Amino acid sequence: MQTDMPRPMFDTDELVINMGPQHPSTHGVLRLILKLDGERVLDCDPVIGYLHRGIEKLSENRDYTQIVLLTDRMDYVAAATNNLGYVETIEKLYSLEVPRRARYIRTVLSELQRVASHLLWLGTHAADLGALTVLLFGLRERELVLDLFEEYCGARLTYNSMRIGGQPVDVPPGWDKKVLAFCDVQEQKLPEYEQLLTSNRIFMERTKDIGIITAADAIAVGLCGPPLRASGVFRDVRKDEPYAAYDEMEFDVPLGVRGDTYDRYLVRLEEFRQSLRIIRQAVQGIPEGPIMGKVPRLIKPPAGETYHAIEAPKGELGYFVVSDGKSVSPYRFRVRPPSFCNLQALPQLVKGHLVADVVALIGTIDIVLGEVDR
Amino acid sequence: MSEGPKPASENPDAPGSPQPQAKAAAPKPEAKAGAAAAKPAAPGAPKPEAKSGPKSEPKAPPPPPGPPDQPPPADMAVPACVTALQSGLAGAVEHVSFWVGDWAVVVAASRFAEACTFLRDAPGCQFDYLSDLTAVDWPARAEKRFDLVANLYSTKLRQRVRVKARLAEGESVPSVTGVWSAANWLEREVYDMFGVTFTGHPNLRRMLMPFDWQGHPQRKDYPLEGPGELLMESPQDWLKARQAAVEADIE
Repeated sequence: MQTDMPRPMFDTDELVINMGPQHPSTHGVLRLILKLDGERVLDCDPVIGYLHRGIEKLSENRDYTQIVLLTDRMDYVAAATNNLGYVETIEKLYSLEVPRRARYIRTVLSELQRVASHLLWLGTHAADLGALTVLLFGLRERELVLDLFEEYCGARLTYNSMRIGGQPVDVPPGWDKKVLAFCDVQEQKLPEYEQLLTSNRIFMERTKDIGIITAADAIAVGLCGPPLRASGVFRDVRKDEPYAAYDEMEFDVPLGVRGDTYDRYLVRLEEFRQSLRIIRQAVQGIPEGPIMGKVPRLIKPPAGETYHAIEAPKGELGYFVVSDGKSVSPYRFRVRPPSFCNLQALPQLVKGHLVADVVALIGTIDIVLGEVDR
Repeated sequence: MSEGPKPASENPDAPGSPQPQAKAAAPKPEAKAGAAAAKPAAPGAPKPEAKSGPKSEPKAPPPPPGPPDQPPPADMAVPACVTALQSGLAGAVEHVSFWVGDWAVVVAASRFAEACTFLRDAPGCQFDYLSDLTAVDWPARAEKRFDLVANLYSTKLRQRVRVKARLAEGESVPSVTGVWSAANWLEREVYDMFGVTFTGHPNLRRMLMPFDWQGHPQRKDYPLEGPGELLMESPQDWLKARQAAVEADIE
């Protein structure tokens, strides 16, 4: 800087501040080190690990059946999809056949879970932007899903709802009717959310053109799930590498155009409708038959390794499991958490935006810190 | 967790034999011969179990000498991406394996980034999406302890492949952050959990553990349990107990 220039009246230094780890908008214990120029974000450095419980290490010292419980604790607002990814990985490693009825039940559960997770996302995202009504609406409908889960497996948050080789319990009598009734209720409520947000001027101002990411960048940085699709990339594990009973379901994959926060909102909103479509097909088509396949009493897969991914509500949830063939616990248990990989794109998204937009962008990538840190 | 696995855990020559490979290949009989050949040489002495404080008890089964890496059955067509890599980068591919539908290639560690770049750009491969990057620790494998594992996906051709590289303790591997920016945090996590260093990484810090943490938790010789509450309550007693345990171990 030239010394003969008049000094500005106010200090124009860059300012480094901490956002979090205890901050209402970070959806958990996420700490962001923000470098600011006035209100603009120059750089952002997320610091994670506050919720690290060593689930991967722990799983390598538990036997295969016990790990289902641990997977509940990763993405704790979408426990059923975590269970599904894990049990399917072990079934693949073990080459186990899962009965068709169990695969249908799993499809219903994981789509119900997607609706519940998206409802929580919608509510908190809108609340971050000042629309508190949507949070109350979202939690109201989520409660209905939790009731359905409670009736199926007895738990409302950490379900432990799947077993290697099948399902632990059959659907209770009358449950399918209740699921269909919920679909009708949810379908009626969706226009309510849209009325509150889609053409809401404040919401649009806060989300349009905020955090644009191009398709090529989104792929390179490893975005997955709705944020990747909002950038216009056709990538849905349910379509590309079908699992459970998705190969027998009819549904569409919504894609965004601009890759901004508003598109990510629209994509998720459309996913509600597609999820309801899948739930209706699956719950009406649950075939007769056993719910548990032929599974050895002691689960000890042959030596080998595999990577298996599913489409969790947050994106591609992958499990990489190595078995040594000798022990009853995996030799290596690795989770590819979608939230972790999506959070990695945050510094790229927030650059040049205002501090207030950081809040919107944390909301739009839909992270759960339990899964980021494991 | 349970004491289920029975193999003698203190027997130093237990993990040496190639039996796990032969047994593992049972569903595919033609895989047997190759598996034994692909196995690295003598596993050497298995690393001594970590002395995890006063109440360490041997409950882990003997660590296996290495991953099975079953070769594909002879009548199976190798996918185009693997053959492209073999012909495009002569000598880089050390081994090709196939198991439950997953194809994997083992490449030389020094050419890991080169192979990744090739797999991203070559027309028959186009692996533009890095699904996952992680490592596996095989302490019983004498000279090359770590497996670096990258799971790749192609959003254009909708195919998957796994790339692996074997690394020795303290050996650096060229970073692939220039190939996929997604590798940034994943490599940091591998560094944090295994202590594998990446040359050319822009910001190689710990990812999940505190910045001043000692050790790398995902290594097999890292204890599962910490020092417990005794350390917090009275560090002097904890030190004494640990000293006693070490002395008992020496005797």
